[in-house]
Amino acid sequence: MPPLWIRNARIIDPAARRDSVGDLFALGGRIVAGLSAADLKKARKIDAKGLVATPGLVDIHVHFREPGQTHKETIATGSRAAAAGGFTTVVCMPNTTPPADNAGTIQYIMDAIRRDSLVKVLPTGCITIGMGGETLAPIGSLKRAGVVAITDDGDCVQSNELMRRAIEYAKMFDLPVMDHCQDQSMTEGAVMNEGDMSIRLGLRGWPNAAEDVIVSRNVIISSYTGAHIHMQHISSARSVEILRRAKADAVRVTGEATPHHIALTDAELATYDTNFKMNPPLRTEVDRRAIIAGLRDGTLDCIATDHAPHTDYEKDKEFDYAPNGIIGLETALAVVLDVLVRQSRFRLSHAVDLMTRKPAGLLGLPAGTLAVGAAADICLFDPEEVWTYDAKAGQSKSSNSPWSGRKLRGRVKTTIVDGRVVFPIAAS
Amino acid sequence: MTWTRRHLITIEELSLREIEQVHSTAAAFKKILGRNVKKVPVLRGKTIVNLFLEPSTRTRLAFDMAAKRLSADVIAFDASSSSTQKGETLRDTAENIQALNADMIVIRHAAAGSPLYLSKILDIPVINAGDGAHEHPTQGLLDTFTMKEHLGSLKGRKVAILGDILFSRVARSNIHALTKMGAAVTLVGPSTLVPHGFTTLGARVSHDLKSALADADVVMLLRIQHERQGHRHFPSLGEYTSMFGLNKTRASWLNPQAIIMHPGPINRGVEIDSELADGERSVILEQVTNGIAVRMAVLYLCAGYQPEHVISSTQ
Repeated sequence: MPPLWIRNARIIDPAARRDSVGDLFALGGRIVAGLSAADLKKARKIDAKGLVATPGLVDIHVHFREPGQTHKETIATGSRAAAAGGFTTVVCMPNTTPPADNAGTIQYIMDAIRRDSLVKVLPTGCITIGMGGETLAPIGSLKRAGVVAITDDGDCVQSNELMRRAIEYAKMFDLPVMDHCQDQSMTEGAVMNEGDMSIRLGLRGWPNAAEDVIVSRNVIISSYTGAHIHMQHISSARSVEILRRAKADAVRVTGEATPHHIALTDAELATYDTNFKMNPPLRTEVDRRAIIAGLRDGTLDCIATDHAPHTDYEKDKEFDYAPNGIIGLETALAVVLDVLVRQSRFRLSHAVDLMTRKPAGLLGLPAGTLAVGAAADICLFDPEEVWTYDAKAGQSKSSNSPWSGRKLRGRVKTTIVDGRVVFPIAAS
Repeated sequence: MTWTRRHLITIEELSLREIEQVHSTAAAFKKILGRNVKKVPVLRGKTIVNLFLEPSTRTRLAFDMAAKRLSADVIAFDASSSSTQKGETLRDTAENIQALNADMIVIRHAAAGSPLYLSKILDIPVINAGDGAHEHPTQGLLDTFTMKEHLGSLKGRKVAILGDILFSRVARSNIHALTKMGAAVTLVGPSTLVPHGFTTLGARVSHDLKSALADADVVMLLRIQHERQGHRHFPSLGEYTSMFGLNKTRASWLNPQAIIMHPGPINRGVEIDSELADGERSVILEQVTNGIAVRMAVLYLCAGYQPEHVISSTQ
């Protein structure tokens, strides 16, 4: 692998509080301060004038569907989508078929990653066997097999007692627990946010209270045990407020927000388009603004996509019957630039921080920095390029995106993992 | 003004003018229903498929009857006997029906939004015969048609809709039709079944039966769909009846000329006393009859005919 010389980029490295134009160098897959004259001569040169160079983006919430649902996505295709979106490290959820609730399945996933992945994919394991919410999974063995967190994502652990024991046990391994906060008894048959729109559309509502109840529960048991709970895809204004108070009380809780929850509301559902159906659902403008405010003041720690691929024929159904979820890796950066930077006046470095250093730090991942000696994981993007996203032409195996056909501003040009260009993807 | 719609999906999207066009067309067709020969050859040679993926008696029979009165051929497609039971998607089912040269499709479906979904897939007109808790436009049209027959203009009239509003497509379609026609709509029932959010549709929400019924010109009862509620929205049918059931005493709070309506099926003794359902103020069976005329009008208009031609069509 030749040395790498990125020239004249606007380098934003939140970990080093850097935002300045300059050159970046990599040697042997690591960031270096400079290259020797000989290395400069043989380096792969990338002219990055007008582009922003950031640490490779980090997404701690993706679904790559392998094993078992490889008609939707695979580690190969998911990692290509990640690369196309500027992501160099992603954390995949364990709701595969079978669920990743044992070391053998984790091993299988690790093998596939090693064999097929363009970027760094890190697995999570289940909290409970089969995500059934009844018996703890072998959390220690999962940790030893390589998981970076445990979660029953999608199937929130309903028993307070079991959740308390899970976080207490996982704490022994310093393993974060990530929770999809949903009181299932309050959301039976629910397919969208409960509110004026669900009344108008005649669809079953998922009240934000069902999220708030579990976020509160998690705050209480985290405070009680001292264990870290990370709340996935916060969608409700009240939940943001609960987290804000908990953080003021120094409770070890963190939260993430998705690009779709900061960009869209349930008003989008007027045509019953299933590409706006996800769980938790799109909520109201009040919620959307509260999530943005939560990201602004640090109540919410990072952006995570909840990239959830489903095939056309699965999504192309009556709204009630379509599965939850949308893909997000290839649009995340543009959406975040639009909503946080252009609409909400976040500094660009703040937005980058929420997609690099912050998510990496939550799980203690060695990523999200351009410091000398760090892995040369780099994202180069044009913050102003306007382009039309066509999900079908994207890298993901699925195309269930609410942004397909829409104009986006800000486009990833080059993604580098360990000093090697992985996007644009080389023809094989 | 010409009628331009090919599909009838919701009342929400109809203009007042369009509602009136359906009503005037229905009035003309209603005259035929009293004749010896009740058939007109308007849709001769056309095939209408009734795609009923959820059980229905009244609506389905009325659509069937309406299509036959217009001389269309009618094919019934049952959920229970069809390939949807074998896992065929709605898209495939509908595309197959279109490929069989159907000219129009009438759909009843438990999933809200499915008629809109079909209308985007198919080239033939799609008529919504009830989608989940969303809309039941022909019911709203026939209910307001019936009200007009008794009350004349509905402007300023007080209409109380009583019962399970949350899960009711009939309520939603009537709210849209009535507010467009200038009536004042009050929704009444237990707070769990009549959430405050319905005010955004332009209706008033009340949990006090007496004030809601006071001076009402119409009370429309809705069936308590206990099969949908899983016994969580109110304690028991007995308590519902004692709090919100319409009985003689409560009916006396209404305007003396008020009519009592119910889209059916009725749970006698639950939402309404049996004798009121059969009493002289009840127009429940008129609603059923009018349901044929209104659906003839809808099929006629969505097939591409104009309201002003209806007279010659019925000669």
